[in-house]
Amino acid sequence: MTVPVLSVRNLHVEFASRRGTLRAIDGISFDIAKGEVLGVVGESGAGKSVTGLSVIGLIDPPGRIAGGEIHLAGLRIDNLPPEEMRRIRGKRIGMIFQDPLTSLNPLYRVGDQIVETIRTHLNLSEQAARRRAVELLAEVGIPAPEKRIDGYPHEFSGGMRQRVVIALAICAEPELIIADEPTTALDVSVQAQIISLIKRLGRDHGTAVMLVTHDMGVIAETSDRVAVMYAGRIAEIGPVQDVVKNPLHPYAKGLMGAIPTLAGDDKRLVQIPGSMPRLSAIPPGCSFNPRCAFAFDRCRVERPEPLPRGAQSVACHLYDNVPAESAV
Amino acid sequence: MLAFTLRRAVQAIGVMFAVGIIAFSMFRFAGDPVNQIVSIDTSAAEREAVRKSLGLDDPVPVQFVRYFADAAQFKFGVSYQFRQPVSTLLMERMPATLELAICATVFAMVLGILMGVYSALKRDTVLAKLFQAVSLIGISLPTFLIGILLIYLFAVTLGWLPSFGRGEVVKLGWWTTGLLTLSGLKALIMPAITLGLFQMTLIMRLVRAEMLEVLRTDYIRFARARGLTTRAIHFGHALKNTLIPVITVAGLQFGSVIAFSIITETVFQWPGMGLLFVQAVQNVDIPIMAAYLLMVSLIFVTINLVVDILYTVVDPRLRATVGRAT
Repeated sequence: MTVPVLSVRNLHVEFASRRGTLRAIDGISFDIAKGEVLGVVGESGAGKSVTGLSVIGLIDPPGRIAGGEIHLAGLRIDNLPPEEMRRIRGKRIGMIFQDPLTSLNPLYRVGDQIVETIRTHLNLSEQAARRRAVELLAEVGIPAPEKRIDGYPHEFSGGMRQRVVIALAICAEPELIIADEPTTALDVSVQAQIISLIKRLGRDHGTAVMLVTHDMGVIAETSDRVAVMYAGRIAEIGPVQDVVKNPLHPYAKGLMGAIPTLAGDDKRLVQIPGSMPRLSAIPPGCSFNPRCAFAFDRCRVERPEPLPRGAQSVACHLYDNVPAESAV
Repeated sequence: MLAFTLRRAVQAIGVMFAVGIIAFSMFRFAGDPVNQIVSIDTSAAEREAVRKSLGLDDPVPVQFVRYFADAAQFKFGVSYQFRQPVSTLLMERMPATLELAICATVFAMVLGILMGVYSALKRDTVLAKLFQAVSLIGISLPTFLIGILLIYLFAVTLGWLPSFGRGEVVKLGWWTTGLLTLSGLKALIMPAITLGLFQMTLIMRLVRAEMLEVLRTDYIRFARARGLTTRAIHFGHALKNTLIPVITVAGLQFGSVIAFSIITETVFQWPGMGLLFVQAVQNVDIPIMAAYLLMVSLIFVTINLVVDILYTVVDPRLRATVGRAT
C-alpha cells in the first residue's frame, strides 16, 4: 500500500480561553491518497476549518495542537520548526480560503503576488517566474492572462479573484490543496465553475484535495470520499456514494435527509432537532446524543469510537456488536 | 486624475478665500489701523492723510478686493512695529521654521513608524510595553514642559546643547540654513525633539494599531498560507497597508507642526515665523498676524492637496475610483 499524501492521526486541537480550555478538535484520524478529493462537511463550528488550518500549520495562539500526529507523504509535519513549516506551506501544501475578495493584498498587482510566491519556493528568475505566472493564470481559466497579470485585485470579479487565489495555491505544484469553503462567497453559477476547476486541477496534477464545505451538493459532485464532522469529531467517513446514499450515523442521515431533491416531491425536509453544542458545553458520551432519536443509555456515558462498516467508518454505538444487516 | 487634482485645487482656493475674509476682517475689528501707525499727538488732518494714503477711506468691498489681490502676490502690507514689508519679514524667518518643522516631522515619522512596527510585531516584549508607556507620556505632556525639561537637562545641567537660538547659519541665496554648521545642528536637536515628540507618539500608536489590524486580515493569513517569509509579510504586505492612514495623519500633522511651532519657537527663542507671530500679538501688529494666518492656512491647504494626491499613489483602488468619478 502506498503512503497517503496526508495522514492525520488522533489529532487534538485546543483553544485556551478565559473560561478554560476549549477542545475544537477531539481526536480525529483520516487519510487522503494521491489524487483523491476528501470532502469535509459539518455545521459551522464542527471543526472543519480548524482541521484544515492545523494541517497547514496556521493555528495561532491561543489555539494549539494538543495531541496527535500529521504526516505529509510520510513526513511528520505537526512538530516542525516554524521556518521549515513555512517552506512547506505554499510549496507542498496549498490553501484556498473562503473569501476571494479579501484573500488578495489590494495594494499589489496579482502578477506580483504570484511571482513573489513562485520565487519564494522555486529557484526561478523574475522573467521565468512571470512566464509561469501567465501560464498559471491561463490554466485556471483567466482570459488574456498576459494582460490581466498586471491588474490589481479590485479589477477582477469575485469568481476571477478566486481563480487567482487558486493559481496562487497551486503555483509551486503542491501535493495537497486545502480548500476551505472555496465557493461559499461566490454566486451559484460561478460556484460550479470553481468546483470543476479544482476537480480538474486535482486530476491533472495528481494533487490530493481536502475540500472543506457545508454544501453537500458540492461534496457529492466533487469528492471521492467524505468525512462528516460533528462537534470536533468525525461522525462518519467513507466513499461519497455510500455516505450519500446509505448514511449510517444518525447525524449523517439527518444531513442527507435535509438535502432537497430535484424530483420535487412535496415532502417536508427532515430537520435535526436542536443545534450543535457549544465547545464549552459538549455533553459526555456521544456529543450528538441530546439530538439523536436513537440515543440509549450507553450513548450518554461512553464516547463511541470509529467502527469500520464496509468501506465506511462510523462512530456510533448503534453499530457496535450488531451485524450489518440488522442495523437501523 | 488631472480633473481630480484640478477639482481639489479649486476647493483649496475656496478655502483660502474664506480665510482671506477672516484675515481681512481682523483689520476692521481689531481697532483702527491708523491709530496703530501714528503717534498720539498727530493732528486729525494728518490722520486723514494717512488714512487716504493707505486706502482706508475706500468702501469695504474695494479694500477687501485690494487686500486679497495683494495677498495673492504675497504682499501683506507693512508691519507696524518693524516698519518693513511683512512679506520680507516672513521670508526671512520662514527657513528657520520650515527646517525645524521638517526635521521634527522626519524624526517623528522615522522613529514613530519603527517603534510602531516593533510594538505591533513584538507585542509582549518589555521594550514594546516601554514604548507604549513612553508614548503615553509624549501624548499627554504639554510641549512647553517637554522643552523646558530638555533645556534643564541638556543645556543647564549637562551643558551639551545650547538652550536657545539657531546657532550659526549659512546663506544659500535667500534661504538660510543651520543644517550645515555644527552649532546649527546642535541647536536644532532639542527644538526638533520637542516639536516632534507629540507627532512621534501619535504616529507610533497609529502604526501599531493599524499594523495589528492589518495582521488580522485574510490576505495576511493567505500570504502566510502561501509560505512567504515573515519579513516579506510584515514589511512588504502589512506595512504598506498601514501607510494610508499614516500618510493622512503625518501630512495633516505637518501643518500643525508648523502652526504650533509657536510654542517651541518661544521656548527655544527660535527665530522663526512662530516667534515673529508671538511678538506681533504682543504688539498688536495686525498685518503680521493676518499674513501669518494666511500663510499657515496656505500650508495646510497645500498639504491636504498633496496628501490627497499621495493616496492615489499608494492605493490603486483609489486611482480607479478617482478615474471613474471624473
